[in-house]
Amino acid sequence: MFDYTFQWRQAFRALPQMLDGALVTMQIAVLSMVIGITIAVLLAVARNSGSKWLQWPAMAWVEVARNTPALFQIYMAHFGLGSFGIYLSPFVALLAGITFNNAGYLCETFRGALRAIPGTQVRAGRSLGMGQAKAFRLIVMPQMFRIAFLPTTNQMVWAILMTSLGVTVGMSTDLTGVTQDLNARTFRTFELFALAAVLYYCIAKAVMFAARLVAWRLFRY
Amino acid sequence: MFETSLSFNDILFLIRGAGVTLSITILAVVGGTLLGLLFGVLRSHVSPWLTLPLVFVLDIFRSVPLLIQLILANAFQAIAGLQLSPFVTSCVVLALYTSAYCTEIVRGAIDAVPVVTRRAARSLGLSWGQDMTQIVFPMALRVALPSWIGLTLGVMKDSALVLWLGIIELLRASQILVTRLQEPMFILLITGAIYFALSFPIARLGGRLEKRWQEND
Amino acid sequence: MIEIENVHKSFGALEVLKGINLTVDKGEVVSVIGGSGSGKSTLLTCINGLEPIDSGRILVDGTEVHAKTTDLNLLRRKIGIVFQQFNAFPHLTVLENVTLAPRKVKGMSRRDAEEIAVQQLSHVGLADKLKVYPNRLSGGQQQRMAIARALAMSPDYMLFDEVTSALDPQLVGEVLDTLKMLADDGMTMICVTHEMSFARDVSNRVAFFHKGVMAEIGPPEQIFGDAQHEETRNFLSSVR
Ligand SMILES: Nc1ncnc2c1ncn2[C@@H]1O[C@H](COP(=O)(O)OP(=O)(O)O)[C@@H](O)[C@H]1O
Ligand SMILES: [Mg+2]
Repeated sequence: MFDYTFQWRQAFRALPQMLDGALVTMQIAVLSMVIGITIAVLLAVARNSGSKWLQWPAMAWVEVARNTPALFQIYMAHFGLGSFGIYLSPFVALLAGITFNNAGYLCETFRGALRAIPGTQVRAGRSLGMGQAKAFRLIVMPQMFRIAFLPTTNQMVWAILMTSLGVTVGMSTDLTGVTQDLNARTFRTFELFALAAVLYYCIAKAVMFAARLVAWRLFRY
Repeated sequence: MFETSLSFNDILFLIRGAGVTLSITILAVVGGTLLGLLFGVLRSHVSPWLTLPLVFVLDIFRSVPLLIQLILANAFQAIAGLQLSPFVTSCVVLALYTSAYCTEIVRGAIDAVPVVTRRAARSLGLSWGQDMTQIVFPMALRVALPSWIGLTLGVMKDSALVLWLGIIELLRASQILVTRLQEPMFILLITGAIYFALSFPIARLGGRLEKRWQEND
Repeated sequence: MIEIENVHKSFGALEVLKGINLTVDKGEVVSVIGGSGSGKSTLLTCINGLEPIDSGRILVDGTEVHAKTTDLNLLRRKIGIVFQQFNAFPHLTVLENVTLAPRKVKGMSRRDAEEIAVQQLSHVGLADKLKVYPNRLSGGQQQRMAIARALAMSPDYMLFDEVTSALDPQLVGEVLDTLKMLADDGMTMICVTHEMSFARDVSNRVAFFHKGVMAEIGPPEQIFGDAQHEETRNFLSSVR
């Protein structure tokens, strides 16, 4: 047992490359969150709307996102669309898959938050002469984001972890992709991925910490 | 008309893949739940300082991508000469991964039992063990069950990642068919439908339970 | 002038307003009393168009509230309403609560809006709470803020729906004083209230609602001293 010599130095030499990869990872995660939140708000509004034509597609999106693996969703974007002659690059396919997933989960988060805001808040806004859209934007949305802030932060961490799935569709520039590339050349699997694990851990903790700071600055009430 | 070269045998192949997905899920959830119960009770009963190392380790399982955990574990067992099959390695990793989330669910549920209720039980002369089995667990179960169902479904979906270690579970099986038949959308839709059929009814049940029990309280 | 003509309103099978007629002149203060569920709140929310009506009509300064062509958002600017629940916007400071509508609905500059807001907030005795969030205020203070918020839109009419009912008894006085002050300033008001002394002392007329019908209306002396209807007398003896 353990007639293996760990070569940590080799792994550490790869650190700059891996940090570049971490940057790409963050990029994808942030993009997928920004787009995902936007879509999630629209989905939540659609699901709460009176129209069947809006409710149905939104519900389908949410249920598929929540009841199939994220990896499946990425495969759909990468391989599935090939049936229609659409070939997305690994980057775009990964981004699309994670965004789809984020939007589905966040929609339910936002809907939960909306339920927690009393209807009398909108009434008060309407009584002051605000239209439906204005009351939603000025009164409901800020409160919704505050209630949903912690779960949204958790989803951000999820998004970061999900980016690692890109390697299965040929992504080679994010943290996992870079690590796998190095691994294929050096076969220092354990050392390289251990280092990647540490980096992911640090990123996740940094995001949580940053979220705390933002919440503390933003929500003074 | 739509034509496909997908044969009955191919469907069987997918179903066998789904069988692998389910076995890994069940093994991981059973192992993870037992560990989670143990850790959860520890966390809610032992002083936070003593459980700090446990909390730290479990937190790692929730802050590092599962794919990387699988790769690391597989590399480690090779280095250590354990000669574990990918299947066993996957089950172990997924069980630990499950336990990390389960611990939080268990602790949260136990902490949700009001202290006064437990005091009342103890003042009636119940022992710690009786208090736990007669009062705390039944009450905590209601709080925990919906989240636990969610966790189980999450593990089933996450178990797709074991394909990286060469295990032919549902998603990998579909990929093999895609490569052979070149009908990606159609085959993936079937695969997605299988996942959906496994997950959606149980998710609905969980949602129902949660709602019903909230109303009763 | 608010003219309510034969208004009917149902929620499903339940008829809540059974033909209400009421005219409120400029500068008049009308108190509405009556048992719970008699349709008082519903009437107020019909007046500012929050609730649709089934038949009849409501005119505010000659504009029919429920006509399809009426711009309700525009109309509501001149009808302020304050509810039993304070409905403070929790994510905004007291000052922001009051400036929000003048800025975003009327398009006022921040500076102008703040000037008006500070004036209204001082009026209701909250000048020292401008930067505070509502969760730091007592119920009475929140309710006074809600009044200032409505007044900041410079409405011509104010509707009050049991604004003291959710308050601790010792906080009722400060809010009633604010209402009295408004009445003295000549504001046109409809006040749904359970405070009989307020109804008697401040209002020009008192209306008694019973099961969706305005059973009796008249000057306070008549309602409190010489009620014509059995139900009115029963109600008054039950609240005293
Ligand atoms: N949005 C609504 N949907 C259904 N019923 C309602 C609604 N609002 C009020 N009601 C009913 O209408 C009746 C009158 O209510 P309300 O106007 O609030 O009475 P009051 O303010 O005099 O206590 C009550 O029976 C109440 O239950
Ligand atoms: Mg009422």
